[in-house]
Amino acid sequence: MKIIVNGSELDLGVATLAEALEALNYAGAVVATALNGHFVAARARETTRLAHGDKIEIVAPRQGG
Amino acid sequence: MEFYGVEIASRLLLGTAQYPSPAILADAVRAARAEIVTVSLRRESGRLREGQDFWSLIRNLGIRILPNTAGCHSVKEAVTTAQMAREIFATHWIKLEVIGEVDTLQPDVFGLVEAARILSDDGFAVFPYMTEDLVVAERLIEAGCKVLMPWGAPIGSGQGLNNPFGLRALRAHFPDIPLVVDAGIGLPSHAAAAMELGYDAVLLNTSVAKAGDPVAMARAFAGAVEAGRTAYLAGPMEARDMAAPSTPVFGKPVLAR
Repeated sequence: MKIIVNGSELDLGVATLAEALEALNYAGAVVATALNGHFVAARARETTRLAHGDKIEIVAPRQGG
Repeated sequence: MEFYGVEIASRLLLGTAQYPSPAILADAVRAARAEIVTVSLRRESGRLREGQDFWSLIRNLGIRILPNTAGCHSVKEAVTTAQMAREIFATHWIKLEVIGEVDTLQPDVFGLVEAARILSDDGFAVFPYMTEDLVVAERLIEAGCKVLMPWGAPIGSGQGLNNPFGLRALRAHFPDIPLVVDAGIGLPSHAAAAMELGYDAVLLNTSVAKAGDPVAMARAFAGAVEAGRTAYLAGPMEARDMAAPSTPVFGKPVLAR
């Protein structure tokens, strides 16, 4: 299934957002997520199912002014 | 000074971007005696995990975090970014930026008011990055903002206070709202000038981070902010067009022939 992760198209064999994070080595990392432009809380990642063509954004703290 | 019910002693808020190294950033925050730093959210790679070390550094500073929505050009982007920030940083504070123009990074004040209303209704404490427009200020307060952050000049320009009249008018119209000059400050004298106008605090980043010695510049800004605040409380004299001799004229000996 093709998923766009942070702007890059990936072929992932996962069903949920939590599984996608696990597969992409984010385990234990402090990140926040959005699916197709909508915020997905950490507690909802396991029940958030992914579909072909979904766009995921995964962000972390960074320098800012 | 209170921001949303939280007592804050330091009137210098510092950004965390563009420093030569993480160690210099940490030293600059300490030299500035800042209690609040701004941070952002950016894409994280599961392989590189660049954000994780930065987050450790900031957490170890043990100070309050003000996440921003920098770079957002729409209400939707800003709201989603704020929601992500609230979860990651465990704070309902958000420095709300909705950028409307790319050359000046001027806020889109229409989108700003809309986003401020959505976020305030959702329980956020919104710190809006705005122009010094009085009507926009009124609308932001109606939307739920209890702090206002007008720009001094375009972000990163270092031009100082481009519209002292507008900033003075804003201070006069909203005497009870904490006002922070955010953006455009290049020199400690600019920060002092903002404080002398009666502003409650200043927020700056580039002027410290891009200085030859950021830690020394942070110290200079801390001194300037304190001096400006003290001067404001001391009641500055009125400016006038004509000279007025400070040395008494009475008693001057007559020496001319």
